[in-house]
Amino acid sequence: MKRRAFLGGVAGLACGTAAAAAKKASACEGVEAALSGTGDLGLIVERADGSILVVNTSRPQVVSKVENLGDLSHASAVFSRDQRFAYLFGRDGGLSKVDLVSARIETRVIQAGNSIGGAISDDGTIIAVANYEPGGVRLFDAETLAPLTEIAAEYAPGVRSKTVGIADVPGRRFVFSLYDAGEIWIADCANPSKPAVQRLKNIGRLPYDGLVTPSGRHYFAGLFGEDGLAHVDLWAPEPEARKILVGYGKGEEKLPVYKMPHLRGWAQAGDRLLLPAIGRHEVLVADSRTLDEAGRIQVHGQPVFIVARPDGRHAWVIFAHPRNDTVQVIDTVALRVIHEMRPGPAVLHMEFTPRGHQVWISVRDADRVDVYDTQTFAKVAELPARKPSGIFFTARAQRIGM
Amino acid sequence: MVVIAASFFHVRPLRGQGPLDQVRKTELENLVRQDCGSCHGMTMKGGLGRSLLPERLREADRDGLAAIILDGIPGTPMPPWRGLLTEAEAAWIAGRLQEGLAK
Ligand code: HEC
Repeated sequence: MKRRAFLGGVAGLACGTAAAAAKKASACEGVEAALSGTGDLGLIVERADGSILVVNTSRPQVVSKVENLGDLSHASAVFSRDQRFAYLFGRDGGLSKVDLVSARIETRVIQAGNSIGGAISDDGTIIAVANYEPGGVRLFDAETLAPLTEIAAEYAPGVRSKTVGIADVPGRRFVFSLYDAGEIWIADCANPSKPAVQRLKNIGRLPYDGLVTPSGRHYFAGLFGEDGLAHVDLWAPEPEARKILVGYGKGEEKLPVYKMPHLRGWAQAGDRLLLPAIGRHEVLVADSRTLDEAGRIQVHGQPVFIVARPDGRHAWVIFAHPRNDTVQVIDTVALRVIHEMRPGPAVLHMEFTPRGHQVWISVRDADRVDVYDTQTFAKVAELPARKPSGIFFTARAQRIGM
Repeated sequence: MVVIAASFFHVRPLRGQGPLDQVRKTELENLVRQDCGSCHGMTMKGGLGRSLLPERLREADRDGLAAIILDGIPGTPMPPWRGLLTEAEAAWIAGRLQEGLAK
């Protein structure tokens, strides 16, 4: 969209080289940025402005800004396999393909009235978007964003459900949950214009989000309407949903939930899973083989994100309004909180660098993103950003279920 | 503490507790956009929770809306905000939603 003045000098050089190599003038035209890799890039969503900041995590610094991306409240992103393009899912149904290198919007479509998130297929060719309105999942060609087909979440004649918790799993498949219907659907998109959908019914009330483990084997849906989660073993010959951690809050009064937890940045540490309890100041611990409860950790507030550092040794937790100024770090072997910090008002999201040496944290109401060293917990950088929310790094491109 | 849905319109009329100052109004406006917005959409067009735009709410009973805000809707994710918001603040928010938030 915009020319970036500060790249001017180097760009000329890169352009000349590219042109010489390609021996055609047109090779020059799209090349504005210095030749660079994209493995240490990422983006920060500026939710109120409808813009993103492209960032470099090695420096760390803001590289460029891309505007006019629509309503980015609750926006999330996935990346192309070459880690050059971000696909951004906006609340307003906008699906944008952004070139992180040139900081341009390649293509943008308004694909629905109201959407919640999306995923990219294992082969990088299909973008799937989960929509609230109209309820269902739409599939797009990752190259052009041309529509492929729609999986209407019609669970009873003429009645569609909001869809949530979409995740990619191996075999060109997507798994998602139906909030209103209490179902989990597995869509095999080997033929993307005619997906084969398997419906799992009666999984529990009001699934609000879902996640898949890094192996792509286990899918979990958090249930708002009851204590417990729905679990599907996708390696089973006949996958079925069963409830785990049933009645984790029995006999205790739930607190009001001011923000729905997110399961996606989930935590697995060795043989344990860490999951948010709904309406409690607790992290639930499950044995990752039996999926039985293996403990609980008292924390500062109701967890919204519990994210394992990539090595799994620690998990970082952030909380729902009004206790959302704090971050806690859990030792995943000792299962206790070992560090606490208070970055500022409205901590919304965290993202680790690919091997976890640093973590980036958005502090919405301070208009700032903070970068911390994960060994010393010292703050190493502050980046100004307007009402920052989600932070997404391109390394997600290489991971299942991200 | 939990009020069942059917009783919303039988609760006693909400009364203001003195005028809200401008600082608080700005905070509340931010709260509505950002924190109500996490479920209702930052522009109130709806998300997990329904749309709270004027075209849907204009005709609704303001005290009824304020009561929903204070007590939530049991059995759904709509939480009770009593404890974080006073009755006067809930009534003010209800009014702002009915008129439409400034652009
Ligand atoms: C955690 C999610 C969540 C948050 C946060 C939330 N709501 Fe809601 N709200 C809902 C849901 C879900 C419904 C619809 C419930 C149902 O299915 O009937 C709802 C319904 C409502 C309704 C009734 C609308 C109607 O047409 O009947 C009002 C008014 C409302 N919310 C206002 C607010 C306000 C004001 C705030 C912030 C102070 C807020 N909500 C925050 C989830 C939320």
